Amino acid sequence: MSLSRRDVEGIAHLARLEITEGELPVYVDSLSKILSFVEQLNAVDTQAVEPMAHPLEGETQRLRPDAVTETDQHAKFQGNAPLVAQALYVVPKVIE
Amino acid sequence: MSLHTRSLAELAAGLRAKEFSAVELTRHFLARIEQANAGLNAFVTVTAERALADAARADAARAAGRAGPLSGVPLAHKDIFCTDGIKTSCGSRMLDNFVAPYDATVVERLAAAGTVLLGKTNMDEFAMGSSNETSYYGPVRNPWDPATVPGGSSGGSAAAVAARLVPVATGTDTGGSIRQPAALVGISGIKPTYGRVSRYGMIAFASSLDQGGVLAPSAEDCALLLGAMAGFDPRDSTSVDVPVPDYAAGLATSLKGVKLGVLKEFFSAGLDAATGARVEAAIAQLRALGADVVEVSCPNLPLSVPTYYVVAPAECSSNLSRFDGVRFGHRCQGPKDLLDLYKRSRGEGFGAEVKRRIMTGTYVLSAGYYDAYYLKAQKVRSLINADFRRAFAEVDLLVGPTSPTPAFAIGAKVDDPITMYLNDIYTIGANLAGLPAMSVPCGFVGNLPVGLQLIGPHFGEARVLAAAHAYQCETDFHRRLPAGFA
Amino acid sequence: MSQAVREGWEVVIGLEIHAQLATTSKIFSGSATAYGAAPNSQANLVDLGYPGTLPVLNREAVRMAVKFGLATGATIAPRSIFARKNYFYPDLPKGYQISQYERPVVEDGSLEILLEDGTKKTIGITRAHLEEDAGKSLHEGLANASGIDLNRAGTPLLEIVSEPDLRSAKEAIAYLKKVHTLVRYLEICDGNMQEGSFRCDANVSVRRIGRTEFGTRCEIKNVNSFRFVEKAINFEVERQIDVLEGGGSIVQETRLYDSAKDETRSMRSKEQANDYRYFPDPDLLPVTITPAFVDEVRATLPELPDEKAGRFALHYGLSAYDAGVLTASRELADYYEAVVRALGGGGAAAKLAANWVMGDFSAFLNRDGLEIATARVPAAGLAGLLRRIQDETISGKIAKEVFERMWAEACEADAVIEARGLKQITDSGAIEAAIAAVMAANPKQLAEYRAGKDKLFGFFVGQTMKATEGKANPAQLNELLKKLLGGP
Repeated sequence: MSLSRRDVEGIAHLARLEITEGELPVYVDSLSKILSFVEQLNAVDTQAVEPMAHPLEGETQRLRPDAVTETDQHAKFQGNAPLVAQALYVVPKVIE
Repeated sequence: MSLHTRSLAELAAGLRAKEFSAVELTRHFLARIEQANAGLNAFVTVTAERALADAARADAARAAGRAGPLSGVPLAHKDIFCTDGIKTSCGSRMLDNFVAPYDATVVERLAAAGTVLLGKTNMDEFAMGSSNETSYYGPVRNPWDPATVPGGSSGGSAAAVAARLVPVATGTDTGGSIRQPAALVGISGIKPTYGRVSRYGMIAFASSLDQGGVLAPSAEDCALLLGAMAGFDPRDSTSVDVPVPDYAAGLATSLKGVKLGVLKEFFSAGLDAATGARVEAAIAQLRALGADVVEVSCPNLPLSVPTYYVVAPAECSSNLSRFDGVRFGHRCQGPKDLLDLYKRSRGEGFGAEVKRRIMTGTYVLSAGYYDAYYLKAQKVRSLINADFRRAFAEVDLLVGPTSPTPAFAIGAKVDDPITMYLNDIYTIGANLAGLPAMSVPCGFVGNLPVGLQLIGPHFGEARVLAAAHAYQCETDFHRRLPAGFA
Repeated sequence: MSQAVREGWEVVIGLEIHAQLATTSKIFSGSATAYGAAPNSQANLVDLGYPGTLPVLNREAVRMAVKFGLATGATIAPRSIFARKNYFYPDLPKGYQISQYERPVVEDGSLEILLEDGTKKTIGITRAHLEEDAGKSLHEGLANASGIDLNRAGTPLLEIVSEPDLRSAKEAIAYLKKVHTLVRYLEICDGNMQEGSFRCDANVSVRRIGRTEFGTRCEIKNVNSFRFVEKAINFEVERQIDVLEGGGSIVQETRLYDSAKDETRSMRSKEQANDYRYFPDPDLLPVTITPAFVDEVRATLPELPDEKAGRFALHYGLSAYDAGVLTASRELADYYEAVVRALGGGGAAAKLAANWVMGDFSAFLNRDGLEIATARVPAAGLAGLLRRIQDETISGKIAKEVFERMWAEACEADAVIEARGLKQITDSGAIEAAIAAVMAANPKQLAEYRAGKDKLFGFFVGQTMKATEGKANPAQLNELLKKLLGGP
């Protein structure tokens, strides 16, 4: 798979990553190489093979009791926040 | 015998016998860090004050008769484990300003065992790398040759233990990130079965592959620390509720009659000849110790690298979406709107390799490509897993090299991602199948160490550790120190 | 507001209902789910998407989803999978929503709705799946910025997706109300639309009658009352027909309903983020639901609304409509049955109770915005009043007055009747005396009546009632008036 500049710009947008003009050709090249590399999987016959999402085959999800275990710690948790006002995380205006 | 040349078991015994105090032991290692870290760049953060306080507490506990087996033992955590009140950077500019507000389960358990935290070790950014060159804090150097890499992503932990700046350190292994650096710096490293060690508080790279483990001089040291880390954690849905055996007590198990499978696919083209020769010599020694050695084949194993480079980036692209400049982490200056906030915060906060993997993962999950890439890789993962299951129906352990070459020069592979990715060709399989695996030192090529890899069946850590220990009882590669660090 | 669809067109609607499940803690964390808490006080590390944190599934949320599945005759998946829906939005802390995609917990259910003409229609429920709610973006009080409150993030939701079986806004509302009733019966959702515990998105399209393929649909978001859902759909239908009749075509998009302007408009901000890159969440294992678990949940199912309505119609002799109204909520049905029981049952009592519960009682509840639990007249109190109608102590008309006092003063019927002297006059001598006095006072009207002006009968009823302060037994009064007015 050979990606175009447009492809990579599209992927970067979907992933919300700013890529500079200088970086773009580097990613076009390396992402194309990586995709070509992984395409060797296409040669494998996987008909009737179940996909494996998880190494713990046969394990199932544990269910927790419905109980409140947490207390209000927003001041501590917001210690890492870049911008907070009135206990809210502040972002540029969300337009709906 | 100076303190830093002793094993973890010996240090614990010395503390128990009050031969030295935890504070003395801590000061000794802090002094070594002070002296050597600038050259190695193994630590991102040194927590000297906290360490001395931990040590004083451990000494007080001992005086009061409340000391546990690991009380007062110094250690370091890979900077991927969240530590309450201490910067947890994950090797990234994104988290350069991040102080975790909680302890990872691993950190909590080891603190409860009375260990002393010396600091947080350098690593490839978000654990994405095999050479420790992707860290925002610069490359870590291999104590055996500072011009070479220590491997990655747990390169800081590996280098720190190899240079005995700390007796033992934690690491994480998603595709070889404990075993490959352990091999490249001549120490022991174990990645347990997926689900054995809690992932809670361990910053996720690829959730279905990540597993915490230990880097230490010997298998015995690994057993001691792993025993204190492992076990069921209700906060991690993928943690398995299987009792943890006493790994240290099980070390004495003999190799007699143990069936070892030599993985044919691990001795193909791409394996450095001298490295292969050291590994084969080690296998011969295992045979001499009574093991029954046979050749086995896992025909799909060569597909593990391409499989991994679909699965891991897919998971990472999603796992790293939470770094958006809103609640924590890097935020760009003066965002003009929401999109700008996201794109620049993430563009500036992540390094090139992380961005490359996020984009790879975004692509393989996107509409129209999911089946061709992601689903296909999941199916091949099934085939690889089935290969291992068949192999373990015949043998007790699988053996082979950990890494195709010894440590390579810093900068040698940074421009070629595929070549870099192929470093993990022998280690990725165990992650895809969730198997316990470990690397132990088995010789040198020139002055650079070589690692032997042992892979066990699910929850077979005890068997892996016992085999490694039996080998180390007959060899001294794990006791050798790099010049300048003796 | 009669909204007959324009001739030649057919409307196709499917609803996606988000019901917040009434658990005490969140779906993947131990944070509280209470509404109205201080900003971010109920968002823990997991809810905030802190690095290293992991989700663990709430058993109660699964139980509630299964309960809904059983109540709609659906298939309960023995193995269901949680997936990640990836998109960036400030109220979505992890950059993905944990939801279910390929294998939801509930599939292939249905509900029956009653149409206006009295016929029934089955509406298919494609699926119902578990997912986590997002937080909220607040726009007031911050200059050119939004504030994010993540208290709601991680609240469990059951997303209930209907088949495109609905053919009008009225049908959509009937279905929506049906689901609303059901989730409250099952006690899996409080149904509070103002607080957003029960929300609805409508997928609306139109097509020329006779066409079999669906038209392009638009999704209308943010409709938070039954009335607005109806208005939003009707607006959207008109808009789409206008576009198509004008030669244009419909663009598939998400539209927002603006209740102030009564219109829908395009949500451009949602347009870009449509490649959600769903994949199985590696932090969560497959959810296994055993037959034993299903049986355990089945044992907790209450009598369902349709069963209850059927029983009411049969047992109490009510019309299908009345039975439907009285079973619209479990509380109302329980109240009604308590009144009937207190009256000792019987067809007449059941009918009388039905009229009062649906009439004055419901009207007063609505007027004061009260719930059944806080109603000023409890079931025993209403039964006490109705007993006085049955034993003819008071007339139905006086009963309304008594009820009003009971509601205002929270007291018993007998106390009001006693204190205000409202007891009905059944002594024929007293009534005859009153009639005689009225006849004496109105000789002109009496003469006219006797000359054949029959409609003056009502005048004499009114005057006599007035003279007895409304307390004369109406049947007796009628009988005696006829006799006395007719002359000696």
